[in-house]
Amino acid sequence: MSEHIIEVKNLVKKYGQLTAVDDISFNVNQGEIFGFLGPNGAGKTTTINILCTLARPTSGQATLNGFDVVRQQNQVRHSIGLVFQDSSLDDRLTGMHNLRFHAMVYHVPASEREKRIEHVLKMVDLWDKRNKFVRTYSGGMKRRLELARGLLHYPKVLFLDEPTLGLDPQTRNHIWEYVLELQKREGTTVFLTTHYMDEAEKATRIAIIDRGKLVAMDTPLKLKRMVGKDIITVRTDDNTGAAEAIRSRYQTEVRHDGDHLAFAVENGEEFLPGFIKESGLEITSISLRRPTLEDVFLKLTGREIREEEVGDSIKEHMRSRGGRMPH
Amino acid sequence: MDNLIGVYTIWYRDVLRFWYDKARMFSALLFPIFFLAIFGSGLQRSIGMMAGGVDFIQFMYPGIIAISVLMGSFMSGVSIVWDREYGFLKEVLVAPISRVSVAVGRTLGSATVATIQGIMILVLAPFVKVSLSVGMVLALLPLMFLLAASMGSLGILLASRIKSTEAFQAIMQMLMFPMMFLSGVFFPMQDLPAWMSFIVKINPASYGVAAIRQVVLGTPPESPFSIYLFGHAVTIWENIMIMAAFGVIMTILAMWSFGRQE
Repeated sequence: MSEHIIEVKNLVKKYGQLTAVDDISFNVNQGEIFGFLGPNGAGKTTTINILCTLARPTSGQATLNGFDVVRQQNQVRHSIGLVFQDSSLDDRLTGMHNLRFHAMVYHVPASEREKRIEHVLKMVDLWDKRNKFVRTYSGGMKRRLELARGLLHYPKVLFLDEPTLGLDPQTRNHIWEYVLELQKREGTTVFLTTHYMDEAEKATRIAIIDRGKLVAMDTPLKLKRMVGKDIITVRTDDNTGAAEAIRSRYQTEVRHDGDHLAFAVENGEEFLPGFIKESGLEITSISLRRPTLEDVFLKLTGREIREEEVGDSIKEHMRSRGGRMPH
Repeated sequence: MDNLIGVYTIWYRDVLRFWYDKARMFSALLFPIFFLAIFGSGLQRSIGMMAGGVDFIQFMYPGIIAISVLMGSFMSGVSIVWDREYGFLKEVLVAPISRVSVAVGRTLGSATVATIQGIMILVLAPFVKVSLSVGMVLALLPLMFLLAASMGSLGILLASRIKSTEAFQAIMQMLMFPMMFLSGVFFPMQDLPAWMSFIVKINPASYGVAAIRQVVLGTPPESPFSIYLFGHAVTIWENIMIMAAFGVIMTILAMWSFGRQE
């Protein structure tokens, strides 16, 4: 067996005329947080669906935990935990029932069942609410319950498909604390899709996917380096003199930006302390802006990742929730 | 073994949901009781005594048992569509259990629930002056379960194909009302117009109604209440065979259809 927990080779998925996933290959290492970044409709969810056996690839191969996702579906299913974009809880039953159901279908031994359920529920702070019906839970509580459920059978790989979409910042942070703790303590591999940049930053490695194709894959830091240098913005008592001094000393382009000066350097974080000490300028304010993954995506695809796309997807999300008929 | 646990778990969830859904339990009782009270009281006098000294309410009562089972069993399909709508189906489909055990668990679960609904109607027997012996109740249980399972698998077959709740509900209603009203519940099979008689005979639910009536009223096969196919009065065992055959075909189709979907 190889050290890659997930291996994907020349994966293609077509829906009629539409090619949702267009010949992508990648590997995921054991224990890493692997991020899939891209706009809606880029093929992120389709890829996850193939990896978790919910969809069959049109061509190509994928293995997870050494098992083929087409021919060894049951073994793959035993190896994974999922937190979907949309709730997949039974809201007519209690939190406890949902977890018991999950424990039963995933063959958690009866002797361990209650202990594990208590453990995961306490981890996501839902132990007190365990006997309440899920339909009375808030959106954040539901997501936490799903996370708890996804962990119940100690999966090798935890798939998080837009795990914090539509949640408030506090709940998002909470969920991330659990995920990071888990990844550290249990060595669980986390496969994440998101279009929140700050979330993607938490990944060990990121694959950027656009229109079904993989356009880049590396650590967040290296991806950002690819775009270019860090931007230093500085304000001094004498901007004109300072601009001249910086130009001659560091051989760099300096731009006037209102009452600030802006220039680009490599490794801005290491550059700053020396610059402040040695430049001899009367600095009144200084800031460092590093390229974001947003800039990376823009550079690679020529398009913005968020803007209306994120806005739309959240609206879509709310609509699909709110528009449902009660049963 | 894995599949058995899967079937059991899916079954258990259906029963648990029913148990917690008191409103559904109540409404499942209400509809058949309305039929019994309104049609029964309204038509009792004008119809008078029927064959074998049975009055109209007594004639209708076994059919009402069948109707409550029928309505309960259709829930199996509806709840699959709901599960898809609310996302829970995804949790089921990605679990390490086969699609076949999902379909079978679902059928058995809704059949159990439907049988419980039928039992609740059985409690009304004294009010309509029908006396049920222990033996009759024991005979009715498997009959109700069989009717529920065979009709329920039709619901599951449809649910595996029809993805939208609205479409499913429309089709269910289009199916359910003719199946209910043209199953011999409200009128004997004798002297029906040819087209109506034909529909009753191709309606699989009719054989469930007939079988339950044969047990509850203790009528012989050659009774005016029986279904006559090509001049032959269908016996209780033949009724059972027809229901079972329909159920088996529907279950196989449902398992096949469910297993194929992504």
